[in-house]
Parts: sequence; C-alpha cells; structure tokens
Amino acid sequence: MTRYTVYGASIVVFLSLILVPPIIGIATKWSAMQQVLSEPPLVNRVLRAVTNSVWIALFVSALDLAAGVPMAWLVTRGSSKWLNVIDTLADIPFIVPTAALGYSLLLFWSKPSGVSAILSGPLVSQGWALIILLHFTFSYPIVVRVLVGALLDYKMEYERASRTLGAPPLTAARTVTFPILKPSLIAAFILAFARSLSETGATFIVAGAFENGPVLIQNITNDYKAGSVSLVFYQGSIAFASLTLILVATAIFALISVFASRLRLPLKRAWPTFERKLSYSKASHSRNLATFLIFFIVVLIPALWVSLPAFQALFTPTLHNSLSGIGVWAGFWQSLTLSYCLGAAVTLLNITIGLPMAILIARKRLGTLASTAFDVLINIPLIVPSIALGVSLKFFWQQNFPFIPEIWLLIFAHLTITYPYFVRSVSAAVERINVEMEEAARTLGAKPLDVFRTIIFPLTKYSMLSGAIIVFTRSLSETGATVAVTTTLQTAPVIIVNWVKALLSQGAKAPATALDIGLGCGILILLSFIILLALRFISREKGSV
Amino acid sequence: MLDSLHDEVSLTPVIRIVNVTKKFGKIVAVGNVNLEIRDKEYFSLLGPSGCGKTTLLRLIAGLIEPDEGKIYIGERLVNDVPPEDRDIGFVFQTFALFPHMNVWDNATYGPRVKGFNVQKSRTIGHEVLELVKLHERLGAFPSELSGGMMQRTAIARALAAGAKTLLLDEPLGQLDAKVRNEIRYDMRRMARDLGLTAVHVTHDQAEAMSISDRIAVMKKGKVLQVGSPQELYMRPNSIFVAHFIGESNFLEGHVVETFDERAMIELRGGIQVQAVTKNVKREQRVVLAIRPEAILIERGERRSPNHLMGIVEKVTFEGNSVRYEIRLENQDPLVVVQPSLVDSWFAKDQKVRLSFEPEKAHVFPYPEIGLKEETTVE
Repeated sequence: MTRYTVYGASIVVFLSLILVPPIIGIATKWSAMQQVLSEPPLVNRVLRAVTNSVWIALFVSALDLAAGVPMAWLVTRGSSKWLNVIDTLADIPFIVPTAALGYSLLLFWSKPSGVSAILSGPLVSQGWALIILLHFTFSYPIVVRVLVGALLDYKMEYERASRTLGAPPLTAARTVTFPILKPSLIAAFILAFARSLSETGATFIVAGAFENGPVLIQNITNDYKAGSVSLVFYQGSIAFASLTLILVATAIFALISVFASRLRLPLKRAWPTFERKLSYSKASHSRNLATFLIFFIVVLIPALWVSLPAFQALFTPTLHNSLSGIGVWAGFWQSLTLSYCLGAAVTLLNITIGLPMAILIARKRLGTLASTAFDVLINIPLIVPSIALGVSLKFFWQQNFPFIPEIWLLIFAHLTITYPYFVRSVSAAVERINVEMEEAARTLGAKPLDVFRTIIFPLTKYSMLSGAIIVFTRSLSETGATVAVTTTLQTAPVIIVNWVKALLSQGAKAPATALDIGLGCGILILLSFIILLALRFISREKGSV
Repeated sequence: MLDSLHDEVSLTPVIRIVNVTKKFGKIVAVGNVNLEIRDKEYFSLLGPSGCGKTTLLRLIAGLIEPDEGKIYIGERLVNDVPPEDRDIGFVFQTFALFPHMNVWDNATYGPRVKGFNVQKSRTIGHEVLELVKLHERLGAFPSELSGGMMQRTAIARALAAGAKTLLLDEPLGQLDAKVRNEIRYDMRRMARDLGLTAVHVTHDQAEAMSISDRIAVMKKGKVLQVGSPQELYMRPNSIFVAHFIGESNFLEGHVVETFDERAMIELRGGIQVQAVTKNVKREQRVVLAIRPEAILIERGERRSPNHLMGIVEKVTFEGNSVRYEIRLENQDPLVVVQPSLVDSWFAKDQKVRLSFEPEKAHVFPYPEIGLKEETTVE
C-alpha cells in the first residue's frame, strides 16, 4: 500500500463521513428554507439571534484571552509545584457534560443554592449575562491549553534579548513575546469563538427568554416536537439558521485569518517608568492573585457546583438507588458504559483517519493549495451549532441510508464534532518537527512508514495523547448533537440533561431530584477526571512534551 | 562617533566576579569563580563546550542568578539587579533578532523601551546602523538577511541600547569561516573605537587569540588561567592550557636531579633531557610539554645526551609549514612543525635528531586523573 493510498483514503473518509453529510443535510432542505424566507418575522428573529451569537462569541473570546494569557504565563513561567495541579484543574470544565455545566452555572449564579443566597434575588439572571459567564467557563480551558503549549514551545532567547536591551518583563512580553506568539493567540481566539458560537445544550439551559443562534434552533426543535410548528417550518428555519451561522462564522474566520496576521497594533512605544512598576512585586502579585480568583470563582467552582449535592447524596438512599439502578437510575449505568465506549471508539477512529490528514496538512503532501484548503475545511464542523450538526446529519443519513443503525449515527456525529480538534493538535505537533529529521531518516534508508514509526510517532505521541484526551472528553460531554441524532439510545449526558430539564420545568414533581443530578454529574466528573489524571500521569512519566 | 549614545552611560564598566557558583541540579556549571575584567579591554572566555563559559556570561548579564558569590558591574553589586538595568549589551549565539521587526525596529528597540525621545532614538539608530554598514537594509526583516548581516544587526542593536559593556555569546559561531575571519577583526576594531569593554565567549582558541587583550581559559566550571594570548601560549600554567591553546607534545617522565632552577628528567626508555623549572622534586613523576615549533629537527646521530632520536612516520604539507609526525626511539609519538620555506624537507622513514632549548619545555606534575583524562576537551 503506497502512502498516497493512505492519504487518499483519509481524504475520502473525511469528505464522505465528516464534511459532506452535514452540508447535504442542510442543502436538501433548500426548498423548505425558501418557504420560510418569505416570513419576515422569522427571518428577523434568525438574524437577531445570529447577531447575538456573534457579539457574545467575540466578547467571550476577548475575555478568554485577557484572563487566559496571565494564567498560561503563570503555569509556564512559575516555579511552584502547585501550578501543575492548577493546570490539571483547568481541564475540569472540559469533562463536565455541557448541559450539566449550564445547570451548574444556573445553580451557582442565579439560584438561592449558590452565590445568590446572599442577595434577595438572583445575582445573575438567566439571559445574555449568564450565557457570557457560561461560555467563558467552557472556553477558558481551551484558550489556556493552546497558550500553555505555545509558551512552552517559545524560544526564550527573544525575551532574554529584549531584557538585556533594557525592557522590563512586561514590556518584553508586550513588544516581543506576544507579537511572536500572535498565531497561537489567533488560534486560541478562533477556537474559543467557534466553541461559543456552536454550543447548544448548556446555553439553552441558561438562556431564559434570550435567543442566540443555537438556542433558536433548540427552541424551534422543541416547538416542532410539541406540535406547535409544521415540519416544513421546522426544517426550513433550522436549515436557514444553521446556514446563516455557518456563513457568518466563515466570513468572520476569513476576516480574522486575512487581517489578524497583518494587524499591527500600535505596540511599539514603551512607557518605561509605568511598565516597570507593573512588572515587579506588588503589581505582579496582584495580577497573579486576580488570575487565581478568576479561575476559581468564575471557572472552577461554578463548573463543579452541580456536583456539590453528590456529597450529600452519599448519606441518603440516593446512593443506594443509583448503585442498584432504582427509579430514575434505571439505565444510567448502561448509558454511562455507552458514553465511555462511544468516547473510546470515536478516539480510535480519529487516530485512524485523522492522523494521515494531520500529516497531509502539516507536510503539505498534496501541494500548498490543496493542503491549505483542507486546513480550512476541517474547521467547518467546529462552527456549526452542535444541534444543527446533529439535525443535518440525521436528515442526511436517514434520508439516504435509512438502514444504518442509530449507534452508527451517534458515532458519526461525535466523529464529526471531534475530528477538527484531533487533526488540529496533531498537525501542529507534526509542523514543529524539523523536516530535516525526516529527510535524514529517508537518506538512511527508511521507508515512509518507517519514518512515521521511528520519527514522527515518537516525537508527536504526547501531542496525539493530548489530542486524544480532547476528543475523548469532548465526546463524553457532548449533548446537543447527541439529542438530535438519537431516538432510542441515551448517553449519560443526555440522561442528566433530561433530569435537569424535568427538574427545571416540573420542580418538585420531577422524577429526579437535585441529589440525583448532583450524584450523576459527580460520578461522571470523577470517572473522567481519574481517566484524565491517569493519561496525564502516563505522559508525564515518559517525559511529556 | 556615537556621541549621542555615550552621554547616556555613567557606569564605569568594570566587571568583578567574586566567588561565584552556579549549579544546575547536581551539575556545577560555574564553581567558585573569581575574575576581574578591566575597563575597555577585549576579554575572552575560552574553553571547550560545557565548561561553563556561557553560564558565566549569562550570570554577568543577569539572565540567570548565581547560587553563591557576588557580581559587580562598575562599583555596583548587581546580584539583585534585573538584566534591563545592568547597562550591558548582549549578542546571542543565534542572534535572537526579533522576527516580527525589521532591521531598523530591531536596532532602535533599546532606545525605544528605555523611553528615549523619538529624535534621539532616530539619531542613535542611524549611527549604529552606519557603524555596522547596514543603513541600506533598514526595511529588511531578519529572515531576509544573510548570517553576517544578522550578526551585524545584533551588534548594532546591542550598541544602540547604550551599553558600554558588550557581552558576546559565541557571536561568530553561526557564520561560515570566511565571514567569521572578517567580522572578528571588525568587532575588535569597533570595540576599541567606541571604548567598549567586551566579554567574548568562544570555544575557538584561534579566534580568542587573534582578538583578545586577555583570555580566561575555563574547564569544568573553573577558570584555569587568565592572561594575554602570549602569556597563555608561552607560559601555560597547566597541562590543559598547554593542550588547549595551540598544540603541545606531552612526554611522560620523572625527575632524576634538580639544579639551578633546572631539572634533569628521564623520559621513558631512559632518555634524559633538561628543562627549566622550579617546582619539582627528585623522583617526582612529571609531564614535559613542548610546542611542535620549539623542536629543532636535523639529520645525523646523537651528539649530546639532550638529543632525542626518531623516525619520521608522516609528512604533511600545510602551506606555510610542514608537519612531521615522528616515532621516538622509546616509541613515544612527537609532532614537529617547521616553516615550509626551508631548504629541504625530511622524508618518511628518515632517521632524525631532535632537540629543544630547556627554557622552551614546560614541566607539570603528572595529573592524578591521568594524562589522557586531563587533556580531554569533552
């Protein structure tokens, strides 16, 4: 098998399983979409929602950078051993199922069980402010992860040169380090932006009456399920909203990638006295303190708040119920097993089909133009709202291949959502390997496969591991698309989301109590955290990169 | 030249390093080093890789902090002074030119971050770039420059920051041989013209010898000898310095007699030779170090007991000199170098008589760790 067969196969799989199905899924609803376009109120509603999405995403991504940069700096430049722990804790919002994360923030910020207890009303009500807090919570770890990687790879010599030329630390960072790291800052911004634009499950819970793109899609889906809108209206409006979101997001990405690299902020000037003051002692201590406070108060504690009742549940019959699968817990353990098996299967699939694509992009194996095109195309699943992605996948597969079992739909949906993350992190790692090393191996007689086995794999295996961790955790917490593609199968996050929805709508009459939800989230978080720690331990043990 | 630069600097650029130690984990990179670098001198730190010379330079710059000891720049103790306040210019081995700035922005970076007014920054920028002959490439980015241009930009940048002390970390290491030879004299001239104190790190003894006022030879974190190039060459104080600076023949033997600041040394095979030395005792095991060019090579038989006899094993023409590799009668190897413009050369397998003046041989106690270990540069 030649290497071009491998690359060819990876391209075919990418196109047929990941890129084309959601696009065709939306395209087949073209006529339905044209019908709803003649309804100005809906068109206005969609445009308003998409505008909301964009503003929130821009604002949140900017906040992420502002808060994530000092944290990444602290983690990479600090000398304390505890920073490693903080670094691991920063991944927690990754593993909380997004819908549970939404509920967790609702409890923390708006309900009497959280910080609002000290006030007479909610501190932050459902609506745009809570959406911003939520999106900040789940995109912050992504930004920190990307920036930590960039800072670790950064050649310190530039910063040292700047210091010897008379720049205090802050000036050196502002005028030298960050301009050089601009591509990573842009990448972090784009990832946070895309995640904010597409998140559905959690946003729906905290949105209240406020609508952004994904919430609108979820609302219309709910209306259709409740029978208050027609099938044509449902399909047409979802297709229209998704398409608008995709187009707007693509336009913004294109703008960012064209202009951000040319953007020259007026950062040349320096203010020696002022910046010196900010570089040392008091100012840097306050900056570190603020970084920690933001991390704990805005990210970590709100994300874990939902699992607090888990401790209480340990001393009530809830624990017994859960372990024996009584009441609402019937089926929970099967769902949990399904979630983990699904996560493992999707991870393995990603490694099999994503790896050749990552190398193809990093090494421009098909020429610059084709490789750049694929580099852009693999991002598309990132920006489609997960529920829209699920719905369009379902349109596509059910219409064309009705015999495909539901489990495969689930796998395809998760594969589509996680694929960009894996390919992106591995291709970045491959790009960092000096081509001369591969060439040296070739001149020494290694065949392409040997080069991969003996050079590329050993040098990228930890990046592959971290890519695999992102895939696994993302699959484990995915809710929006999962709900959309399944009718009988239930993953653990879906069960928890159903409990949350019932509790929010029915109150005390709901089948699951806050204790059940807390314990369910607690179990999911704990198991995932153990797996995450184990993987990290393995990678540290062998000298992580 | 560079008048606008000089009135910014008030420090007397004398560097004093007192009992400085720096460890990385268990490895002692710099061990209890004492050193003084004089005003306006061109000083080199010379040694094999891993000897601690770059670490010492970084300690002076404040890029790393010493575990013990004190570092003074001028009269000021700088242990707690951050690099930006030490008034030094540092030229990195890889140049570390900021890739997102062009030549002009790189060169004027120092004045800018020090808050000089625009007019002054501009004047300094033009002065330094003219000095390194780069005023025609102001808009070029580092990726568009040749190695030599990058090096000159790096020097211009360090000068523009107003430093009177220039710290150079293997500044010629990345350049090819021809450019290297040209630039090293340029650097020397520039330092003298501008009245700078320069500390130049290198592992290339020829480079250090050709440009330095004084050199410190380092090995395994220690300074072995400090002196002018001539001193180090003529009067090495250790086997390592004799080996690392220039080339030396090492002959093992023991002292049979001492008289009038001289010693009679018996080499292997019972050959006895005389050398000038004070610090040896009878029966002491010693090593005799003789430069290849200090040995006289002749035809004929032994006439005095101080003569060595040998057979030529290899003859190499080196342009201005001829190099003979000789096997002595006691089977020790010996290298002799002669000007190539002598009347006739010796041929392979020819029997030759060798001699040297007692003043030109250096006698060292036999090293505890063995001669081979002592002279290893790795």
